[in-house]
Amino acid sequence: MNLADPNQLIDQLAEQIRPRLQPDCALLGIHTGGVWVMEALVERLGVDLPRGVLDIAFYRDDFSRIGLHPEVKPSSIPFEVDGRHILLIDDVLYTGRTIRAAMNLVFDYGRPASIRLAVLVDRGGRELPVCADYAGVRMELEAGQNISLEQNDDGHLRLVMKKGAK
Amino acid sequence: MSRNLQLTDDGRLRHLLTLDGLPARILTQILDTAESFVSIGDREVKKVPLLRGKAVFNLFFENSTRTRTTFEIAAKRLSADVFNLNIATSATNKGETLLDTVANLSAMQADMFVVRHASSGAPHLIARHVAPHISVVNAGDGRCAHPTQGLLDMFTIRHYKGGFHNLRVAIVGDVLHSRVARSQIHALTTLGCPEVRVVAPKTLLPRDVESMGVHVHHKMETGIKDADVIIMLRLQNERMQGDLLPSAGEYYKNWGLTPDKMKRARPDAIVMHPGPMNRGVEIDSDVADGKHSVILPQVTFGIAVRMAVMSMVAGSGA
Repeated sequence: MNLADPNQLIDQLAEQIRPRLQPDCALLGIHTGGVWVMEALVERLGVDLPRGVLDIAFYRDDFSRIGLHPEVKPSSIPFEVDGRHILLIDDVLYTGRTIRAAMNLVFDYGRPASIRLAVLVDRGGRELPVCADYAGVRMELEAGQNISLEQNDDGHLRLVMKKGAK
Repeated sequence: MSRNLQLTDDGRLRHLLTLDGLPARILTQILDTAESFVSIGDREVKKVPLLRGKAVFNLFFENSTRTRTTFEIAAKRLSADVFNLNIATSATNKGETLLDTVANLSAMQADMFVVRHASSGAPHLIARHVAPHISVVNAGDGRCAHPTQGLLDMFTIRHYKGGFHNLRVAIVGDVLHSRVARSQIHALTTLGCPEVRVVAPKTLLPRDVESMGVHVHHKMETGIKDADVIIMLRLQNERMQGDLLPSAGEYYKNWGLTPDKMKRARPDAIVMHPGPMNRGVEIDSDVADGKHSVILPQVTFGIAVRMAVMSMVAGSGA
């Protein structure tokens, strides 16, 4: 299976988002891949929107099964959440559990006016009623397949397909 | 023994009993995790749902308002249910043994015990007898250890100094009776601090102190010279019996940290104290409230550090 170039997908994502950008919009990228996509998107959109990063480790629903992630990073939302239109950004949308956790996290900062979701890849397999408002590409992968975004040392992004463990 | 007791087979923190023997990897992971908890105190909702539905029992066989309160705040910010038991005035006085107390609380579906006890090793004893899903956090035992205090001190040092590798740290005062000092020395050495000094009169130093890898100073003037970090210990009046020291006034003259003595330390030195302070005994008010003091930030960081420890041990049984 040929995997798309993330840069092309981000171009497409930017074209979808551009006409619907609201003036009081803010971006939130989910660690780590979502933050890469967010930074690339900001470059494409050419607008200086407030942005922050989310680490959802403290909100995961599998804490009691797998414990705390060993490398938690601080979340940072350097703007007022109340009344804000928020664009949540992640690399891959799968079960929807990460997005559920991210929304809970955002609401602990305040009450946003709206939350939209942009992802690089929607790979299907949802376990929660979550859907992406913008997606670079949509595909249906088997449960055993795992697609992820990686960054090389030179900052170049690429999509990687792995079989087996989630 | 304690090393195996504290870690799971795959090397995760299971209980926190002492910093002695904990690898740098775990200490750093606790400090990094705490970093993420610090900003939660600034949010509208100062809670995360990590320990939702878990029951945390604060077992304080010895009084301590600050430590008990910060553990309680930490557990509540993790969404746990917290139960404070002032054991000093309850069942133990009726003759119940420590392990019977713990067995009874376990039967009430406890998930975590935070234990403060006057006897060294009490938290270890509990950890050895609890069910596999229950974790134990030592909140100070006898003269042995006070690991979360040691960790919050490390967090404070790293916060203000950026790391440990070029630091000169002076621990001043009643090292003999201080479980805090032992925890600090273990943590500093493990995290790569090149020069840890203990500064105290001979009567307030344990005999084996040099075997802990510290430089011993018997004079305040040389002890804090060029120090980057000065940690003042409380003169533990209630632990001291008889003739170790002439008087509090005499102690202040020789060992109290005054603005004048501070001039010997580095200009950007920080001053720490685990509290509660005896102003005018081990520390002068002008220093305690002065520009070098980071004593109140220590308290705030203590909440984040305890949140980190509790969330790590609670998630280790998985």
